[in-house]
Amino acid sequence: MNSETKQQILFGLYDDDDQLLDAVRKAKSDHLDIMDVYSPFPVHGLDELLGLAESRLHIAGFIYGALGTLTAFGFMTWVFTRDWPIIFGGKPYWSVPAFIPITFELTVLFAAVGMTFTFYAVSRLWPGAGNPILHPRITDDKFCIAFDTTACEEAEVNKLKNFFEATGASLVDVKEVQEEA
Amino acid sequence: MSAVVSPIREPLVRGHKTYHQITEDICAPTERAPGFAWVVAFIVAVSFLALYVFAVAWTIWFGIGTWDLNRTIGWGWDITNFVWWIGIGHAGTLISAILLLFRQKWRTGVNRAAEAMTIFAVMCAGQFPLIHMGRLWLGFFVFPYPNTRGPLWVNFNSPLLWDVFAISTYFTVSVLFWYTGLVPDLATLRDRSKGLRRKLYDMFSFSWTGAAKHWQRWEYLSLVLAGLATPLVLSVHTIVSFDFATSVVPGWHTTIFPPYFVAGAVFSGFAMVQSLMIIARKVLNLKEYITLEHIESMNKVILVTGTVVGVAYLTELYIAWYSGYIYEQFAFYNRVFGPYYWSYIGMMSCNVLVPQIFWVKKWRRNVFLTFLLSIFINIGMWFERFVIIATTLARDFLPSSWSYYSPTWVEIALFTGSLGLFFTLFLLFTRLAPVVAIAEIKHILKSAGDQYTGPDAQHGHDAH
Repeated sequence: MNSETKQQILFGLYDDDDQLLDAVRKAKSDHLDIMDVYSPFPVHGLDELLGLAESRLHIAGFIYGALGTLTAFGFMTWVFTRDWPIIFGGKPYWSVPAFIPITFELTVLFAAVGMTFTFYAVSRLWPGAGNPILHPRITDDKFCIAFDTTACEEAEVNKLKNFFEATGASLVDVKEVQEEA
Repeated sequence: MSAVVSPIREPLVRGHKTYHQITEDICAPTERAPGFAWVVAFIVAVSFLALYVFAVAWTIWFGIGTWDLNRTIGWGWDITNFVWWIGIGHAGTLISAILLLFRQKWRTGVNRAAEAMTIFAVMCAGQFPLIHMGRLWLGFFVFPYPNTRGPLWVNFNSPLLWDVFAISTYFTVSVLFWYTGLVPDLATLRDRSKGLRRKLYDMFSFSWTGAAKHWQRWEYLSLVLAGLATPLVLSVHTIVSFDFATSVVPGWHTTIFPPYFVAGAVFSGFAMVQSLMIIARKVLNLKEYITLEHIESMNKVILVTGTVVGVAYLTELYIAWYSGYIYEQFAFYNRVFGPYYWSYIGMMSCNVLVPQIFWVKKWRRNVFLTFLLSIFINIGMWFERFVIIATTLARDFLPSSWSYYSPTWVEIALFTGSLGLFFTLFLLFTRLAPVVAIAEIKHILKSAGDQYTGPDAQHGHDAH
């Protein structure tokens, strides 16, 4: 994060999500290397166009959940059969049906907490993360395509600008941001 | 994620909104100075909150003897309030999670506020078992932590302990689900503000940018959290009902309790959502986002769950008679004709009879009537819990220990005060965060708004 290198980003804003999808399609056929696409809400169909791999968040969620199941069930088993066995209501020490509610709750708790924190961590989202905000209207009503032009030559930049013009971008701008370490 | 959308469906967003207008409309209440109505409401709510703090302090100082509970009736208004508040919370999760899985787009207008209601209701609920402990400062004893007494563990076979796990999990998951939905909208507020306000919203929005990969993961997360919250919400009131159902007290020891409690929870929760949303849509000027269509849909849920609850009441009576077990029969005879007969009448009329007017479409779409009814249902559901708890305990196995119980001012202050806590939190929420999920409304605008652009769109007055 503290790296001194600057990254130059060329971005264009579109007014509509359908327009954005058309533009991304054209960028793909022109073999332009899109850095990222930003939108005020999830635009469906974008993932496939950008070739984003399916998220593996749910796999992580399953692992966290399984961990919760084992923690709860294992702990209660240990307490009631090894550490401090007590008979409750004439039932066996290892009274499995009575363990189900807490086992279920901890499964859900571990899966939900684990997944949520993983989401924020891998997405680099946390208080003070300082992610660059290219334009204030992106979280409002504008759809943005961004190119990394740090190492680009004049001709390449012009080509990208022409692309924005051809696809009907309502605003094209350049922004310098701190490169992520 | 694309759902089948019919052009005949009523639009869920009215007023020919553009994306920008949606942002403006929903952000407006957080950006202007609070109105007169808000200030008055806030002062009233904070006064009740102060009363609550006073009553809690009184309880802790003098002990729960101040509640006039006795050896026969050990649970009074406190546990009634606990079950009532928890039930109210359930509608928020139902709207945000179960309706998300069912792809019910009408949830989008009301989910944010309903989830907020869930969180605040669970916060109110959680207080009652804690102060009921008497020695509040030892409340942490309910968690199984390594201690110097053995270590001596909690009883994992006790439904009261299951409650601890259920309620704390429910609260945590609800907060995570709600906040994750809120993050993109807080970023919208951030990008509209300057100075300190901007810094704060940047912190609370975790520097959200709206990148495609983030949205993809965000949608996955929402879906899986919804999938987790759905069985969770069913489990929570099931476990609350186990507090009663696993006992051997006639009138409590019944297998019907879990489904009946869950239906009742959804019923009372939707009533509370109606009470809140009908005021919010008017005061915050959100009638184009929380439409009559939303109110009608929720009234349908109220009608169904109210009727389920009614069937459960009748089933209970029938099974009590059919069981041939005199103690069970007496418990139910006592509920209807015993010393607390008035609470049974209140419960039956408010919960079963009154909602039946929603069979009529015209009345389902009448805002004033809906508001009135939602208040009735809230009262009726409070009576239900009181009937279950107090009437059952008042007449136990030994006639010599039969008793009667009326609340003291402390208990009344605790209940009305908890309403103050709830409304204080809710009013603050309407000032600090968007009450309607901005990103989600924009997302459904083209498929479910009045500018529907999908297949079979009617080109003419509505489409453009």
